[in-house]
Amino acid sequence: MEGTKAQSNGKVRIPMFVLLVMLIILAFCLTAIILAINMFESNPTIAGYLLLGGVLALAAATYALMQVRRRIASLRIEAPPVTTTIECKKCGFKSVRPFQRGDYVFKEAEKCEKCSNPMTVTAIFKEIKEKDKEHHSF
Amino acid sequence: MDIIALMFNLDGKVAQNPFMDNQYGWILNLVFYAIFFAFIFYGQKLQMWVMLRDVETSLYKLKHLKEEGRKVTIETIKEIGKPQTDPTSRIDRFLEYFTIAPQNLDPAGVVWKLEHILDVRDTRFKDEVKLMAPSADETQANNLENTLEAEMALNYIYKVIRHFYLLGKKTFSLYVIMQIQMILPLVMREAEAYASALKAFAFGQPIGDGAGSLVAAKLMHGQETRKLPKDCVGATIQLEGRTAFVLKAEGPGGNVGKPGDAIKTVIDENEGKIAMVVMIDAAMKLEGEEVGEVAEGVGAAIGGPGVDQFKIEESIVKYHIPVHAVIIKEDIGDAVSPMRKEVSDAVDKAIERTRQLILERTKEGDKVIIAGIGNTIGIGQ
Repeated sequence: MEGTKAQSNGKVRIPMFVLLVMLIILAFCLTAIILAINMFESNPTIAGYLLLGGVLALAAATYALMQVRRRIASLRIEAPPVTTTIECKKCGFKSVRPFQRGDYVFKEAEKCEKCSNPMTVTAIFKEIKEKDKEHHSF
Repeated sequence: MDIIALMFNLDGKVAQNPFMDNQYGWILNLVFYAIFFAFIFYGQKLQMWVMLRDVETSLYKLKHLKEEGRKVTIETIKEIGKPQTDPTSRIDRFLEYFTIAPQNLDPAGVVWKLEHILDVRDTRFKDEVKLMAPSADETQANNLENTLEAEMALNYIYKVIRHFYLLGKKTFSLYVIMQIQMILPLVMREAEAYASALKAFAFGQPIGDGAGSLVAAKLMHGQETRKLPKDCVGATIQLEGRTAFVLKAEGPGGNVGKPGDAIKTVIDENEGKIAMVVMIDAAMKLEGEEVGEVAEGVGAAIGGPGVDQFKIEESIVKYHIPVHAVIIKEDIGDAVSPMRKEVSDAVDKAIERTRQLILERTKEGDKVIIAGIGNTIGIGQ
């Protein structure tokens, strides 16, 4: 489908700057946790605080990273692929292919693979995957 | 170790549990009361900040959709229209076009005034598209016009939301911010629908709104067609022993035609001797209803500004012709984005319902009009 050229490849790219900041925070968290483990025997209270702070900061940084990812993902609109159904009126051969610019319903399309008669576009539609459909019990 | 002790201001001593210690307990109490009173006096302001932040996030998304749409529009015009000069400035100017609705202080005759203004708008749009894309044929020009209209809608939504956001920030009025924040989910849904529509128009794909046109196209396919006013086509077919005049907007370019004029022409040509008018259109579904559900009713099933509905009602009232409607249900997003499989499949069900309706409500030898309403982009005949 030509339309897919303008669409992204489905991956979420986080800006480098945000990623760098997050990595620095994560490095600090890990240092605090390692420090806490090292001083656990000599000073358990301080080690406890360091561990608590490290784990909380780690959770907060991970959450922030997930939020940035979610926000970037929400900016993109996923367009399901559009398919064109072509049929041969003579032998009934049916074929489905991705939509091409210029296709329209009842357009005379390429020749039939079986009987070489011209085929006709009979339907153009997008199919939404089962998991993307809304489910409700009412 | 010393640094950590300094950080905690403990001079090398470690408190057992600072949160339970009386020495620190009063600090916690103070903090609690400070937060409590801060929320009493500044709670509304905090709420406004949260709302503003919400609107701001949506505004970023709207800006993104608008910019993406503009990019697709410019690329499509360059690709199809092959203009000699860069069309960007002309496109940007086009996006700012507006239409002023006629004065309805005295409502008599307002429909004709509205129709005239819409005609002028249509002619102006077509001329602009010709200038932007000189190499585009009629079908491509119609698709480009629809693409530009979708981008215009995105641009307008973005500007209105930005207006309220900035106004809310400037006045810091809860009510200005609140009214826009409350309708934001619906506005965003509409904007996303237009963004999908823009891509469908740019590629010439059939959209959900074309369900009615597809029904008519399936009925008239293979028959001789003739042009009807305005931008419509019609064919005469035999259906269950009745003569059916099937009509739709002329495809496959993005076009809704003027079914009001087409129906009036067919009725006048037959001197009002029409047993029934059946209108088939896509209609808004309620949440919880299935996409592609087919329902039946009475009345002129047609959307838009109301000019065509008015004309159809005038024509059928003149000759007392019953008008029935068959609708295919879908939501706003489905109506303007590429046609869903469920809607495409529902077309055959709608044909069957129309056939049943004609069998039950008319006699053999009667003449009926079957009008497929909707944008016929990507649907031939």
